[in-house]
Amino acid sequence: MNLPANPALTTPRWFNEMYDDAGVPREHYATYANWLDAKPADFMRQKQTEADTLYARQGITFAVYGDDTGVERSIPFDIIPRILRPGAWKKLSDGCCQRVRALNAFLQDIYRGQDIIKAGIIPAQQVLGNSLYRPEMQGFSVPAGVYIHIAGIDLVKVGRDTFYVLEDNLRTPSGVSYMLENRKMMMRLFPELFSRLPVAPIDHYADVLLDNLRAVAPPGISNPTVAVLTPGAYNSAYFEHAFLAQQMGVELVEGPDLFVADNFVYMRTTHGPQRVDVIYRRVDDDFLDPLAFRADSIVGVPGLFGAYRAGRVTLANAIGTGVADDKSTYIYVPDMVRFYLGEEPILQNVPTYQLGKPDDLNYVLAHLPELVVKEVQGSGGYGMLVGPAASVAEIATYKARILANPAIFIAQPTLALSTCPTFVQSGIAPRHVDLRPYVLSGKTVSLVPGGLTRVALREGSLVVNSSQGGGTKDTWVLEE
Amino acid sequence: MLARAANNLYWMSRHIERAENTARMLDVTYRMSLLPYRVLEAGQEWADPWALPLVITGRATEYYERYAEITPNNVLHFMVIDAANPSSIYSCIQSARENARSVRGAITSEMYEDLNELWLNIRKVDYPHVESRGVSEFFDWVKLQSHQFRGVTFGTMLRDEGYQFIRLGTFIERADNTARIVDVKYHTLLPSAADVGGAVDYYQWSALLRSVSAFDAYRKVYRDVITPMKVAELLILRDDVPRSLHA
Repeated sequence: MNLPANPALTTPRWFNEMYDDAGVPREHYATYANWLDAKPADFMRQKQTEADTLYARQGITFAVYGDDTGVERSIPFDIIPRILRPGAWKKLSDGCCQRVRALNAFLQDIYRGQDIIKAGIIPAQQVLGNSLYRPEMQGFSVPAGVYIHIAGIDLVKVGRDTFYVLEDNLRTPSGVSYMLENRKMMMRLFPELFSRLPVAPIDHYADVLLDNLRAVAPPGISNPTVAVLTPGAYNSAYFEHAFLAQQMGVELVEGPDLFVADNFVYMRTTHGPQRVDVIYRRVDDDFLDPLAFRADSIVGVPGLFGAYRAGRVTLANAIGTGVADDKSTYIYVPDMVRFYLGEEPILQNVPTYQLGKPDDLNYVLAHLPELVVKEVQGSGGYGMLVGPAASVAEIATYKARILANPAIFIAQPTLALSTCPTFVQSGIAPRHVDLRPYVLSGKTVSLVPGGLTRVALREGSLVVNSSQGGGTKDTWVLEE
Repeated sequence: MLARAANNLYWMSRHIERAENTARMLDVTYRMSLLPYRVLEAGQEWADPWALPLVITGRATEYYERYAEITPNNVLHFMVIDAANPSSIYSCIQSARENARSVRGAITSEMYEDLNELWLNIRKVDYPHVESRGVSEFFDWVKLQSHQFRGVTFGTMLRDEGYQFIRLGTFIERADNTARIVDVKYHTLLPSAADVGGAVDYYQWSALLRSVSAFDAYRKVYRDVITPMKVAELLILRDDVPRSLHA
């Protein structure tokens, strides 16, 4: 398979992570590229089929909301790994940890003293007027001061060493099960590659997670019981919830499995009630407790918030973290790093226009075909406009939506997202990728060396979300 | 373990066992229908062997709501792949897999993968497929899948409470099925009392034994001709027959 001969692979417009502009494999990719060159075309196709079959059989699935055709689907998995240089990883890892420390400090601050508002760095309205701000959390000290036990930081690469933070996911970030399953799959499909390359292991993720969760139990509990709370088998990320519970060896519970008595949380077991001390909840704030939040929630636990406020149970992540990962708060994160940590941000934000500001709005309206516009509180790639890929009619429709309520939108320049060679129908071709590492906090702030690489499988597409036709790749951090 | 998980495990194994039993029952019905001793008189439609599966599973009413008459094809369709019939093999496998999915953490990955693959395979099955493959061969496949799942469970699962609930589901479903089969045969199979002890009777009792894999056991235990009393003893009282009520 003579890859460099394909000009599409080396097109210089986007940064290709595997090949330089002359079509020569970059240094950290050389071993892999040589290995791939020596393989016949059928070999890779056969491996791809094998991977797809295994994923279907293992039931590694997600559900696409609003799609009635199938309840579950396998997420497309690409068999060509994405490889990161050891030096590049160190910077990313430090940068992500720094960012999470600052964001955690921000949450601690706004739910207590609000120093950052008093210092005039963030407008009060931005925080207190945000629908994701939870007044119920005001004045409450969470166990060990940790709000963000699990964070997913979305990064994009636009040049050799230039990463931007695209967004922070601080509520219930998903995808880590794919990171772990992808690695298992690659080791099964290509064991020989792992003996040739020093790929840093990531399998201890569940151990680190459990260790951190146990460390944030309410004080005075020597052997805390941890449980994973899921909305149930029909949730789009159910596979991941079950997977994490199984990997940690803890119970996977649904709302009706839990009840609250005297402000303690119990699960209903075959041996009667058993106390639960730490809940890794994959249920949104709104649905956690019908007595405190949405009364129509059937996946929550009545009285859970009361038990939480009484300090009898720890929720991970804490309630009210959404105010910090909101896309309109995002622009203040570099300031948070300076304010709380007294450090310069290691990772840069993407320049962002706030459409609530008249100057920004005017600029954006005049440059829609060049920009990406998103709703401030949207997620999953729903309801966004990718200017360069949109038709005139789509832009006009979106413009009307913006004008109806400009303040709920932000815009960013279309980034020259890096590409990775990807196995598609026509063979191997470059596709755009991003990266979501998972930062764990509790005992310490750390991350396993790797993350979930998402890939936009459609040619030219910049949208990597699984709900929008994206796939995933295994991410290799090479040890020095 | 969670009370809900225990419930799911119990129903997971009951449904797999039910799929197997349904396959056994349909297979023996199919074989019986090939015998030359079928008796069909006016007003005796219950003697039609193809009515038996409906009576045994208690689904006759639902059947008649959707199908005009009893034909082998209709009954097979209803009992094998009709998603609207909760006792069909398709529905049983679906329910078993749904239950397993709700407690993925409480079973081994091998068990889930085995059951999930069975589900993916049964989804591809339609009636022409069953026919072209051969009805009996299809039922053998279902039985084998159930044996395989039991084997995977036996070979991989921690002997904890969950395991006990799985065993409980299997045995209750099996006892229920054997009791139904014996009961229905006793009351409804023969068109008239005069046929008791006749050739039809013999073939039907032996078919019944085959349906619960006890034909060879009968020969080994009694070394005698097949009599209803002994069949009843074998299937109800003996604890060394794996599908007897006692076991």
